[in-house]
Amino acid sequence: MTEPLLRAINTGKIYPGGIEALRNANLTIEKGEFVCLIGASGCGKSTLLRMIAGFETPTSGQIVMRGREVSGPGPDRGMVFQDYGLFPWLTVRGNIAFGPIARGKPKAEAAETAARFVSMMGLDRFADSYPHQLSGGMKQRVAIGRVLANDAHLALMDEPFGALDAMTRERLQEELLTIWRATGLSVVFVTHSLEEAILLADRVVVMSPGPGRIVAEERISLERPRDVSSPAFNDIRRHLASLLHTDHEKEAA
Amino acid sequence: MSETAERVSIAPAPCIDVTPLLRIVVPVVLLGLWWAGTASHPGGLIPSPQEVGTALWDLAFGGINDDAFSQMLLPDLIASASRVYGAFLLAAALALPLGMLIGRLRIVKEMLEPTLQLLRPVPVTAWLPLSMIMFGIGPKSAFFLVALGSFYPILINTIFAVRSVEPRLFEAAQMLGVSPARLFPKVVLPASLPGMFTGLRLGLGLAWVVIVVGEMTGVQTGLGAMIMDARQLSRTEIVIAGMAIIGVAGFLSDYAVVALGRRLLAWSPQHG
Ligand SMILES: Nc1ncnc2c1ncn2[C@@H]1O[C@H](COP(=O)(O)OP(=O)(O)OP(=O)(O)O)[C@@H](O)[C@H]1O
Ligand SMILES: [Mg+2]
Repeated sequence: MTEPLLRAINTGKIYPGGIEALRNANLTIEKGEFVCLIGASGCGKSTLLRMIAGFETPTSGQIVMRGREVSGPGPDRGMVFQDYGLFPWLTVRGNIAFGPIARGKPKAEAAETAARFVSMMGLDRFADSYPHQLSGGMKQRVAIGRVLANDAHLALMDEPFGALDAMTRERLQEELLTIWRATGLSVVFVTHSLEEAILLADRVVVMSPGPGRIVAEERISLERPRDVSSPAFNDIRRHLASLLHTDHEKEAA
Repeated sequence: MSETAERVSIAPAPCIDVTPLLRIVVPVVLLGLWWAGTASHPGGLIPSPQEVGTALWDLAFGGINDDAFSQMLLPDLIASASRVYGAFLLAAALALPLGMLIGRLRIVKEMLEPTLQLLRPVPVTAWLPLSMIMFGIGPKSAFFLVALGSFYPILINTIFAVRSVEPRLFEAAQMLGVSPARLFPKVVLPASLPGMFTGLRLGLGLAWVVIVVGEMTGVQTGLGAMIMDARQLSRTEIVIAGMAIIGVAGFLSDYAVVALGRRLLAWSPQHG
């Protein structure tokens, strides 16, 4: 068996102040896999994602990326934030070229890479615009583009489409799937929406709060493109909803 | 991928632009009140707008009074402006790096901030006697006071700017491969440019305010000296003319800075 892309091994996080955000999480991400994390607010989804990114350190267990323990942020794990996190002083082109330049690529090569991903994300007309001139959907395209342009192996997305209107969200979900298939990227995607999770994921990881932990994993083997109104889709949705639900009841009892 | 999402833009104003009109209403009314007030008290202590206008003409081109003030506008303006900009540049050269250090390094902050906060409330005018002892009667003293006046706004705004960089931007830069040591030039510096710019703008404005006080320390040239001399000779129309010149010079100077900011900081919603 080959080493998976990423493994969280008995990973836990207790924040200073004593809040146990995550307990004993075990998670494996294979290369090329699309995994969604879902669960109620406060169940540690962002915490787990931020530990994978290297922004937070686990207080127990560890996170291993391609055989090496994660000890800080790095360009192999690109993050897409819900609030975009674009550099306001750089144009769309500049934001996408930021990673290659930061990693010491020659100017010409960085510019060429940026141009390629500006096109891939459908941003040609906005290449010289600044972030404050863009709509939310456009900003999120830039954020995704800059992670792709930086040769990330794993894209970490924390409710990336949560702030967008329904139409923009649907379109970006579709485009994300297209890119994912074309690039062989691996994705960990946090969402509040069951529908979004089932639409996108190879595997849905269900989490539960108090303390945050992983309670179930479901492989979604529906054919793509998936039809959200199909009976099979609804069966899965009902099943996952019950998983989310049962745990709430246990917690309340 | 498609390109349907559109830019956020402000719709053009539907009717005639009345902004220029709005801008001149208050000055015109004030001028009218001044004129009416002096016209109803002929021979009063406050000169009329016409007298001040004549004084301004004589200050600029001479040919009317041909006294010590004639044709002194340009030399005095140049003397004052060179002090204003010189002292401002000195203040900026000190306050910008100091502000960045205080804003980002805890040791420097703990060491310097209490002292600076204690000195800050002391008005520039209170420094005047001491500055005359330290730098003598003359332009050096004026230079010092102006630099002191513009130092604090630049410093305070720089500290605030480098401190309030969005933490998210550090995360974004690090996940894209920027090492912690390179965060300062790659993130802090560009992110805090608008704040520093605001400090520079305020500092330059204050430099124009302080220059008159500075030039009241017995300097021979400059607009402050002109006003002092005119006061001693009870030439109130020259005093008011001097005030007007400072007002206009400060205004134009600020206008140029704002235009510069608009070009350099086009990315910032507050400036662009
Ligand atoms: N920096 C922090 N310091 C202290 N406590 C934190 C911190 N970040 C998160 N927490 C706490 O840890 C728990 C898990 O938070 P986390 O943000 O991981 O949840 P989440 O599943 O992402 O929630 P949401 O769906 O609302 O985004 C919460 O109780 C939260 O208050
Ligand atoms: Mg979260």
